[in-house]
Amino acid sequence: MFAWMAWTTPVAVFFICMALMLAGMTVWELKRPSTLRKGFLPIATTRGDRLSIGLLTAAYINLAFVGLADRIGASLSLANPPSVWISFVLSMAVLAFIMRRG
Amino acid sequence: MNKPVNQKAWLLVLPVLICVAFSSILPLMTVVNYSVQDIISPERRVFVGTEWFASVMRDRELHAALARQIVFSLSVLAVEIPLGIALALSMPASGWRASAALVAVALPLLIPWNVVGTIWQIFCRTDIGLLGSAIKALGLEYSYTGDATQAWLTVLLMDVWHWTPLVALLAYAGLRAIPDAYYQAARIDGASRLAVFRYIQLPKIRGVLMIAVLLRFMDSFMIYTEPFVLTGGGPGNATTFLSQYLTQKAVGQFDLGPAAAFSLIYFLIIMLLCFILYNWMQRLGTPGRADK
Repeated sequence: MFAWMAWTTPVAVFFICMALMLAGMTVWELKRPSTLRKGFLPIATTRGDRLSIGLLTAAYINLAFVGLADRIGASLSLANPPSVWISFVLSMAVLAFIMRRG
Repeated sequence: MNKPVNQKAWLLVLPVLICVAFSSILPLMTVVNYSVQDIISPERRVFVGTEWFASVMRDRELHAALARQIVFSLSVLAVEIPLGIALALSMPASGWRASAALVAVALPLLIPWNVVGTIWQIFCRTDIGLLGSAIKALGLEYSYTGDATQAWLTVLLMDVWHWTPLVALLAYAGLRAIPDAYYQAARIDGASRLAVFRYIQLPKIRGVLMIAVLLRFMDSFMIYTEPFVLTGGGPGNATTFLSQYLTQKAVGQFDLGPAAAFSLIYFLIIMLLCFILYNWMQRLGTPGRADK
Protein backbone atom coordinates (compact mmCIF):
# COMPACT_ATOMS: atom_id res chain seq x y z
CA MET A 1 0.00 0.00 0.00
CA PHE A 2 2.79 2.41 0.92
CA ALA A 3 5.35 1.06 -1.57
CA TRP A 4 5.10 4.34 -3.52
CA MET A 5 6.62 6.12 -0.51
CA ALA A 6 9.91 4.23 -1.08
CA TRP A 7 10.47 3.63 2.65
CA THR A 8 13.95 3.02 4.04
CA THR A 9 14.72 1.82 7.56
CA PRO A 10 16.70 4.94 8.66
CA VAL A 11 13.88 7.27 7.55
CA ALA A 12 11.28 5.06 9.26
CA VAL A 13 13.33 5.18 12.49
CA PHE A 14 13.62 8.97 12.13
CA PHE A 15 9.85 9.44 11.77
CA ILE A 16 9.08 6.99 14.60
CA CYS A 17 11.40 9.02 16.85
CA MET A 18 9.68 12.25 15.77
CA ALA A 19 6.23 10.77 16.46
CA LEU A 20 7.34 9.50 19.87
CA MET A 21 8.85 12.89 20.66
CA LEU A 22 5.59 14.68 19.77
CA ALA A 23 3.53 12.16 21.75
CA GLY A 24 5.87 12.56 24.72
CA MET A 25 5.64 16.36 24.52
CA THR A 26 1.81 16.13 24.42
CA VAL A 27 1.69 13.91 27.51
CA TRP A 28 4.21 16.16 29.29
CA GLU A 29 2.11 19.23 28.40
CA LEU A 30 -1.07 17.57 29.75
CA LYS A 31 0.65 16.50 32.97
CA ARG A 32 2.59 19.73 33.54
CA PRO A 33 1.42 22.65 31.36
CA SER A 34 4.30 24.75 30.04
CA THR A 35 4.74 28.45 30.89
CA LEU A 36 6.59 31.19 29.04
CA ARG A 37 10.13 31.65 30.30
CA LYS A 38 13.23 33.56 29.26
CA GLY A 39 16.55 31.75 29.01
CA PHE A 40 19.58 32.50 26.84
CA LEU A 41 17.42 32.74 23.72
CA PRO A 42 16.48 36.33 22.81
CA ILE A 43 12.74 35.58 23.14
CA ALA A 44 10.53 34.16 25.89
CA THR A 45 9.62 30.59 24.92
CA THR A 46 7.39 27.72 25.92
CA ARG A 47 8.58 24.10 25.94
CA GLY A 48 7.13 23.55 22.44
CA ASP A 49 8.87 26.68 21.11
CA ARG A 50 12.18 25.45 22.46
CA LEU A 51 11.65 22.04 20.85
CA SER A 52 10.93 23.68 17.47
CA ILE A 53 13.97 25.96 17.74
CA GLY A 54 16.11 23.05 18.92
CA LEU A 55 15.02 20.76 16.07
CA LEU A 56 15.56 23.50 13.48
CA THR A 57 19.01 24.20 14.92
CA ALA A 58 19.80 20.48 14.94
CA ALA A 59 18.78 20.21 11.27
CA TYR A 60 21.05 23.13 10.34
CA ILE A 61 23.99 21.70 12.32
CA ASN A 62 23.65 18.38 10.47
CA LEU A 63 23.30 20.12 7.11
CA ALA A 64 26.34 22.32 7.74
CA PHE A 65 28.35 19.30 8.79
CA VAL A 66 27.35 17.31 5.70
CA GLY A 67 28.18 20.30 3.48
CA LEU A 68 31.56 20.91 5.14
CA ALA A 69 32.51 17.27 5.81
CA ASP A 70 35.02 17.14 2.93
CA ARG A 71 36.74 20.32 4.03
CA ILE A 72 36.86 19.19 7.65
CA GLY A 73 38.34 15.85 6.55
CA ALA A 74 40.94 17.59 4.36
CA SER A 75 41.93 20.10 7.05
CA LEU A 76 42.38 17.29 9.60
CA SER A 77 44.20 15.13 7.00
CA LEU A 78 41.68 12.30 7.37
CA ALA A 79 41.46 9.52 4.79
CA ASN A 80 37.64 9.74 4.75
CA PRO A 81 35.22 12.55 5.64
CA PRO A 82 34.20 12.42 9.33
CA SER A 83 31.09 10.39 10.20
CA VAL A 84 27.70 12.10 10.30
CA TRP A 85 27.21 10.52 13.73
CA ILE A 86 29.50 13.24 15.10
CA SER A 87 27.13 15.97 13.91
CA PHE A 88 24.15 13.91 15.11
CA VAL A 89 25.53 13.69 18.66
CA LEU A 90 26.49 17.38 18.57
CA SER A 91 23.03 18.41 17.32
CA MET A 92 21.28 16.33 19.99
CA ALA A 93 23.48 17.95 22.65
CA VAL A 94 22.51 21.39 21.32
CA LEU A 95 18.83 20.36 21.29
CA ALA A 96 19.08 19.24 24.93
CA PHE A 97 20.88 22.49 25.85
CA ILE A 98 18.18 24.63 24.19
CA MET A 99 15.42 22.63 25.91
CA ARG A 100 17.12 23.05 29.29
CA ARG A 101 18.53 26.60 29.14
CA GLY A 102 16.80 28.27 26.18
CA MET B 1 -14.03 24.62 40.65
CA ASN B 2 -12.16 23.32 37.61
CA LYS B 3 -14.02 23.58 34.35
CA PRO B 4 -14.34 20.14 32.67
CA VAL B 5 -12.56 19.86 29.33
CA ASN B 6 -14.52 18.20 26.54
CA GLN B 7 -11.94 16.17 24.62
CA LYS B 8 -14.56 15.09 22.07
CA ALA B 9 -13.92 18.39 20.33
CA TRP B 10 -10.69 16.86 18.99
CA LEU B 11 -12.84 14.54 16.87
CA LEU B 12 -13.98 17.59 14.93
CA VAL B 13 -10.36 18.32 14.01
CA LEU B 14 -9.84 14.78 12.73
CA PRO B 15 -11.11 15.35 9.13
CA VAL B 16 -8.71 18.28 8.70
CA LEU B 17 -5.89 16.23 10.16
CA ILE B 18 -6.58 13.41 7.69
CA CYS B 19 -6.67 15.88 4.77
CA VAL B 20 -3.40 17.49 5.88
CA ALA B 21 -1.83 14.05 6.32
CA PHE B 22 -2.70 13.06 2.75
CA SER B 23 -1.84 16.39 1.16
CA SER B 24 1.27 17.35 3.14
CA ILE B 25 2.63 14.90 5.70
CA LEU B 26 2.74 11.73 3.57
CA PRO B 27 4.26 13.55 0.54
CA LEU B 28 6.84 15.13 2.87
CA MET B 29 7.74 11.71 4.27
CA THR B 30 8.13 10.45 0.70
CA VAL B 31 10.43 13.36 -0.13
CA VAL B 32 12.59 12.47 2.90
CA ASN B 33 12.75 8.87 1.64
CA TYR B 34 13.73 9.99 -1.86
CA SER B 35 16.42 12.31 -0.50
CA VAL B 36 18.46 9.37 0.85
CA GLN B 37 18.13 7.13 -2.21
CA ASP B 38 19.25 7.05 -5.81
CA ILE B 39 16.00 6.44 -7.69
CA ILE B 40 17.03 4.56 -10.81
CA SER B 41 13.49 3.38 -11.63
CA PRO B 42 10.31 2.89 -9.55
CA GLU B 43 11.49 -0.66 -8.75
CA ARG B 44 15.24 0.00 -8.47
CA ARG B 45 16.51 2.20 -5.67
CA VAL B 46 19.87 2.43 -3.92
CA PHE B 47 20.37 3.87 -0.42
CA VAL B 48 23.00 6.64 -0.55
CA GLY B 49 22.68 8.22 2.92
CA THR B 50 23.50 11.95 2.99
CA GLU B 51 25.29 11.95 -0.37
CA TRP B 52 22.63 14.03 -2.17
CA PHE B 53 22.63 16.62 0.59
CA ALA B 54 26.41 16.94 0.31
CA SER B 55 26.30 17.27 -3.49
CA VAL B 56 23.42 19.77 -3.40
CA MET B 57 25.20 21.89 -0.80
CA ARG B 58 28.31 22.06 -3.00
CA ASP B 59 26.28 22.98 -6.09
CA ARG B 60 27.40 26.45 -7.27
CA GLU B 61 24.31 26.89 -9.45
CA LEU B 62 22.13 26.29 -6.41
CA HIS B 63 24.07 28.90 -4.41
CA ALA B 64 23.55 31.40 -7.22
CA ALA B 65 19.82 30.59 -7.45
CA LEU B 66 19.50 30.94 -3.67
CA ALA B 67 21.25 34.34 -3.72
CA ARG B 68 18.99 35.53 -6.56
CA GLN B 69 15.96 34.26 -4.66
CA ILE B 70 16.86 36.01 -1.39
CA VAL B 71 17.57 39.32 -3.16
CA PHE B 72 14.31 38.99 -5.10
CA SER B 73 12.19 38.20 -2.01
CA LEU B 74 13.73 41.04 0.01
CA SER B 75 13.19 43.45 -2.91
CA VAL B 76 9.57 42.32 -3.16
CA LEU B 77 9.02 42.99 0.55
CA ALA B 78 10.87 46.33 0.43
CA VAL B 79 8.63 47.57 -2.38
CA GLU B 80 5.27 45.87 -1.80
CA ILE B 81 4.83 46.47 1.94
CA PRO B 82 5.31 50.30 1.95
CA LEU B 83 3.45 50.61 -1.36
CA GLY B 84 0.55 48.49 -0.10
CA ILE B 85 0.28 50.57 3.10
CA ALA B 86 0.41 53.82 1.08
CA LEU B 87 -2.30 52.51 -1.24
CA ALA B 88 -4.51 51.47 1.70
CA LEU B 89 -4.06 54.88 3.36
CA SER B 90 -5.05 56.69 0.18
CA MET B 91 -8.20 54.60 -0.44
CA PRO B 92 -11.59 56.10 0.52
CA ALA B 93 -12.92 54.90 3.88
CA SER B 94 -16.58 54.46 2.94
CA GLY B 95 -19.24 55.00 0.28
CA TRP B 96 -19.35 53.89 -3.35
CA ARG B 97 -15.81 55.19 -3.93
CA ALA B 98 -14.51 52.72 -1.36
CA SER B 99 -16.29 49.82 -3.08
CA ALA B 100 -15.03 50.93 -6.51
CA ALA B 101 -11.47 51.32 -5.20
CA LEU B 102 -11.56 47.88 -3.57
CA VAL B 103 -12.70 46.20 -6.79
CA ALA B 104 -10.12 48.07 -8.88
CA VAL B 105 -7.30 47.24 -6.46
CA ALA B 106 -8.31 43.58 -6.19
CA LEU B 107 -8.43 42.98 -9.97
CA PRO B 108 -4.79 41.81 -10.44
CA LEU B 109 -5.33 39.20 -7.71
CA LEU B 110 -8.06 37.53 -9.77
CA ILE B 111 -5.76 36.83 -12.71
CA PRO B 112 -4.14 33.37 -12.84
CA TRP B 113 -0.35 33.34 -12.54
CA ASN B 114 0.38 32.00 -16.01
CA VAL B 115 -1.93 34.63 -17.53
CA VAL B 116 -0.07 37.34 -15.60
CA GLY B 117 3.17 36.14 -17.24
CA THR B 118 1.56 36.25 -20.69
CA ILE B 119 0.05 39.70 -20.10
CA TRP B 120 3.45 41.08 -19.11
CA GLN B 121 5.15 39.31 -21.99
CA ILE B 122 2.93 41.27 -24.39
CA PHE B 123 2.95 44.44 -22.25
CA CYS B 124 6.76 44.60 -22.33
CA ARG B 125 7.28 43.96 -26.04
CA THR B 126 8.86 46.95 -27.75
CA ASP B 127 6.86 46.45 -30.99
CA ILE B 128 3.28 46.03 -29.68
CA GLY B 129 3.45 46.30 -25.86
CA LEU B 130 2.41 49.48 -24.08
CA LEU B 131 5.30 49.52 -21.60
CA GLY B 132 7.95 48.35 -24.07
CA SER B 133 7.00 50.81 -26.80
CA ALA B 134 6.65 53.66 -24.27
CA ILE B 135 10.20 53.04 -23.02
CA LYS B 136 11.41 52.80 -26.62
CA ALA B 137 9.65 56.08 -27.47
CA LEU B 138 11.66 57.73 -24.69
CA GLY B 139 14.79 56.72 -26.59
CA LEU B 140 15.87 54.09 -24.04
CA GLU B 141 17.13 50.62 -24.87
CA TYR B 142 14.87 47.98 -23.36
CA SER B 143 14.93 44.22 -23.75
CA TYR B 144 13.69 42.01 -20.96
CA THR B 145 14.86 38.93 -22.87
CA GLY B 146 18.37 40.20 -23.63
CA ASP B 147 19.47 42.24 -20.63
CA ALA B 148 19.82 40.56 -17.23
CA THR B 149 19.16 43.69 -15.14
CA GLN B 150 16.13 44.67 -17.20
CA ALA B 151 14.76 41.11 -17.04
CA TRP B 152 15.21 41.17 -13.27
CA LEU B 153 13.48 44.55 -12.91
CA THR B 154 10.64 43.45 -15.19
CA VAL B 155 9.98 40.34 -13.10
CA LEU B 156 10.08 42.47 -9.93
CA LEU B 157 7.69 45.02 -11.46
CA MET B 158 5.34 42.23 -12.53
CA ASP B 159 5.30 40.78 -9.00
CA VAL B 160 4.69 44.23 -7.51
CA TRP B 161 1.76 44.77 -9.90
CA HIS B 162 0.32 41.34 -9.13
CA TRP B 163 0.70 41.20 -5.36
CA THR B 164 0.78 44.72 -3.91
CA PRO B 165 -3.06 44.65 -3.94
CA LEU B 166 -2.98 41.80 -1.42
CA VAL B 167 -0.91 43.90 1.00
CA ALA B 168 -3.15 46.91 0.33
CA LEU B 169 -6.34 44.94 1.04
CA LEU B 170 -4.95 43.48 4.26
CA ALA B 171 -3.71 46.90 5.42
CA TYR B 172 -7.05 48.46 4.43
CA ALA B 173 -8.95 45.88 6.50
CA GLY B 174 -6.64 46.62 9.44
CA LEU B 175 -7.13 50.38 9.09
CA ARG B 176 -10.91 50.09 8.95
CA ALA B 177 -10.89 48.09 12.20
CA ILE B 178 -9.36 50.98 14.20
CA PRO B 179 -12.05 52.57 16.42
CA ASP B 180 -12.76 56.24 15.69
CA ALA B 181 -12.06 57.14 19.36
CA TYR B 182 -8.30 56.86 18.64
CA TYR B 183 -8.52 59.47 15.88
CA GLN B 184 -10.66 61.74 18.06
CA ALA B 185 -8.08 61.56 20.86
CA ALA B 186 -5.32 62.32 18.35
CA ARG B 187 -7.23 65.37 17.07
CA ILE B 188 -7.69 66.66 20.65
CA ASP B 189 -3.94 66.25 21.24
CA GLY B 190 -3.21 68.07 17.97
CA ALA B 191 -1.29 65.10 16.57
CA SER B 192 0.16 65.49 13.08
CA ARG B 193 -0.77 63.13 10.21
CA LEU B 194 2.62 61.47 10.57
CA ALA B 195 2.15 61.03 14.34
CA VAL B 196 -1.28 59.45 13.78
CA PHE B 197 0.30 56.98 11.35
CA ARG B 198 3.31 56.29 13.58
CA TYR B 199 1.52 55.89 16.92
CA ILE B 200 -2.00 54.75 16.01
CA GLN B 201 -2.32 53.23 12.56
CA LEU B 202 0.98 51.37 12.27
CA PRO B 203 0.76 49.63 15.69
CA LYS B 204 -2.89 48.77 15.08
CA ILE B 205 -2.27 47.14 11.70
CA ARG B 206 0.82 45.29 12.90
CA GLY B 207 -1.09 41.98 13.03
CA VAL B 208 -2.32 42.11 9.45
CA LEU B 209 1.04 43.45 8.26
CA MET B 210 2.71 40.47 9.85
CA ILE B 211 0.43 38.17 7.85
CA ALA B 212 1.13 40.21 4.71
CA VAL B 213 4.91 40.03 5.20
CA LEU B 214 4.86 36.28 5.86
CA LEU B 215 2.50 35.56 2.94
CA ARG B 216 4.46 37.69 0.51
CA PHE B 217 7.78 36.34 1.70
CA MET B 218 6.76 32.69 1.42
CA ASP B 219 4.97 33.26 -1.87
CA SER B 220 7.81 35.21 -3.48
CA PHE B 221 10.29 32.64 -2.20
CA MET B 222 8.35 29.97 -4.10
CA ILE B 223 7.74 32.05 -7.26
CA TYR B 224 7.73 29.92 -10.38
CA THR B 225 5.00 30.47 -12.97
CA GLU B 226 5.27 34.19 -13.72
CA PRO B 227 9.05 34.37 -14.41
CA PHE B 228 8.87 31.02 -16.20
CA VAL B 229 6.27 32.39 -18.63
CA LEU B 230 7.82 35.87 -18.92
CA THR B 231 11.54 35.16 -19.22
CA GLY B 232 11.91 31.37 -19.01
CA GLY B 233 14.55 31.95 -16.33
CA GLY B 234 16.77 33.93 -18.69
CA PRO B 235 18.69 35.65 -20.09
CA GLY B 236 21.25 33.04 -19.01
CA ASN B 237 20.17 32.22 -15.48
CA ALA B 238 19.39 35.80 -14.45
CA THR B 239 15.79 35.08 -13.43
CA THR B 240 16.12 31.38 -12.56
CA PHE B 241 14.85 31.22 -9.01
CA LEU B 242 14.95 28.31 -6.59
CA SER B 243 11.68 26.63 -7.59
CA GLN B 244 12.57 26.79 -11.28
CA TYR B 245 15.97 25.30 -10.57
CA LEU B 246 14.29 22.58 -8.53
CA THR B 247 11.83 21.80 -11.33
CA GLN B 248 14.70 21.55 -13.81
CA LYS B 249 16.35 19.00 -11.53
CA ALA B 250 13.25 16.94 -10.70
CA VAL B 251 11.27 17.07 -13.94
CA GLY B 252 13.80 18.10 -16.58
CA GLN B 253 16.65 15.81 -15.52
CA PHE B 254 14.58 13.33 -13.43
CA ASP B 255 17.18 13.57 -10.63
CA LEU B 256 14.65 12.76 -7.91
CA GLY B 257 17.23 12.17 -5.16
CA PRO B 258 19.04 15.53 -5.42
CA ALA B 259 15.72 17.29 -6.08
CA ALA B 260 14.26 15.79 -2.88
CA ALA B 261 17.35 16.75 -0.85
CA PHE B 262 17.17 20.24 -2.29
CA SER B 263 13.42 20.46 -1.49
CA LEU B 264 14.11 19.67 2.16
CA ILE B 265 16.86 22.31 2.35
CA TYR B 266 14.46 24.76 0.67
CA PHE B 267 11.81 23.87 3.29
CA LEU B 268 14.28 24.47 6.13
CA ILE B 269 15.33 27.84 4.70
CA ILE B 270 11.69 28.97 4.47
CA MET B 271 10.99 27.75 8.02
CA LEU B 272 14.00 29.59 9.44
CA LEU B 273 13.36 32.86 7.61
CA CYS B 274 9.65 32.84 8.51
CA PHE B 275 10.51 32.14 12.15
CA ILE B 276 12.95 35.09 12.20
CA LEU B 277 10.49 37.42 10.44
CA TYR B 278 7.62 36.39 12.69
CA ASN B 279 9.57 36.96 15.90
CA TRP B 280 11.09 40.19 14.66
CA MET B 281 7.65 41.59 13.83
CA GLN B 282 6.23 40.37 17.15
CA ARG B 283 8.99 42.22 19.00
CA LEU B 284 8.49 45.42 17.01
CA GLY B 285 5.14 45.96 18.71
CA THR B 286 6.09 45.09 22.27
CA PRO B 287 5.74 47.97 24.78
CA GLY B 288 8.91 49.88 25.52
CA ARG B 289 10.51 48.91 22.26
CA ALA B 290 8.50 51.01 19.85
CA ASP B 291 9.55 54.19 21.61
CA LYS B 292 13.27 53.49 21.55
